[in-house]
Amino acid sequence: MSEKTNTTPARRGVPVWVQVLIWVGLIGLLVILAIGLNRSQRGTLQPGDRVGNFDLTPFSGYEYNSQAQVSLESLRGKVLLINFWASWCKPCEQEAAELRSAWAYYKDRGDVLFVGVDYVDTEPEAREYLKKFDITFPNGPDVGTKISQMFRIKGVPETYFIDRDGILRYVQVGPFSSEGQIRAIIDPLLQ
Amino acid sequence: MSNGPFGGRTRLSSSVLLVLLLGIAVAVQMPQTVHAQEPTPSDDEVNRIAHQLYCPVCENTPLDVCPTEACRQWRALIRRQLAEGWSESRIQQYFVDQYGARVLAEPPRTGLNWLVYILPPLIILAGVVMLFRSLRAWTVPDSEETQKDAQEKPSASQADALSDTYVARLEDELKKRS
Repeated sequence: MSEKTNTTPARRGVPVWVQVLIWVGLIGLLVILAIGLNRSQRGTLQPGDRVGNFDLTPFSGYEYNSQAQVSLESLRGKVLLINFWASWCKPCEQEAAELRSAWAYYKDRGDVLFVGVDYVDTEPEAREYLKKFDITFPNGPDVGTKISQMFRIKGVPETYFIDRDGILRYVQVGPFSSEGQIRAIIDPLLQ
Repeated sequence: MSNGPFGGRTRLSSSVLLVLLLGIAVAVQMPQTVHAQEPTPSDDEVNRIAHQLYCPVCENTPLDVCPTEACRQWRALIRRQLAEGWSESRIQQYFVDQYGARVLAEPPRTGLNWLVYILPPLIILAGVVMLFRSLRAWTVPDSEETQKDAQEKPSASQADALSDTYVARLEDELKKRS
């Protein structure tokens, strides 16, 4: 009577540590994807959101109180209009006159400030644009597109109205149709 | 009729001079061959750098072929910078500083960007390993199954023995009936 012995080696599976590594990698990838998707679908800042701080380095000749850098924190207590624009943007031209006349209306009060943020633009063309439309309120480039990313803008023109406490109160996507429209948003914030 | 010993030569010289003057006058009046002037720097030089950049406004369109006004301005800026003697790396760095690293066609090899470079080869490698293992499993029979089959199936000698018994029984039955 012969005893049968199994001499065939057992079939090797994937080592446990490799399986763990693969699962961790897959889950990590899914998390990164989820964060990216969530970020891309969040849309712009919404009214009621507190606006974080940012620094703007204005174009020469478009400074605020001759400061080389404007910090949002330093402007608390004022009603702010943050306008994103670009010289290549045709709809921006449609609202340039409205912004200019609204600024002319508020600029002497001292408690309202307009700030232009030039998005993905080249300086010579931007300066030409400002000169062409006689825009005089503080304006500067969005260096590194950091400010536009903070506001999560979807395009230009977009305008954000921030109250004295730094809370976003209104978002205008697209150009303004009249100076009255701008004043109708700012005046209630001054009361 | 001669004007002296050199009169004929003088007339000849005057004629030659006249012909030369006429020739020069005609040459000056003739239209010149004109070649199209390449702007300095050339479009090719500008596009070589622009091809490595993407304007954030026009996603997935390289700067060299993007038709928008924003991209046209960027190309004009590259041309100005090249004309001022900027190097390619300096121009790229300027665009990164001004508009962020996302303008680069090839993300910088820092931080999470490394995933872009590491993951695809890793995934391909894992796929190749899985494919190799699967193919091997399909072509080489499983040893356990082979052994089981071997146990279940009778050997050739056993089969012959069974067959002989069957034939013998069959013959017996035939004899009984006949």
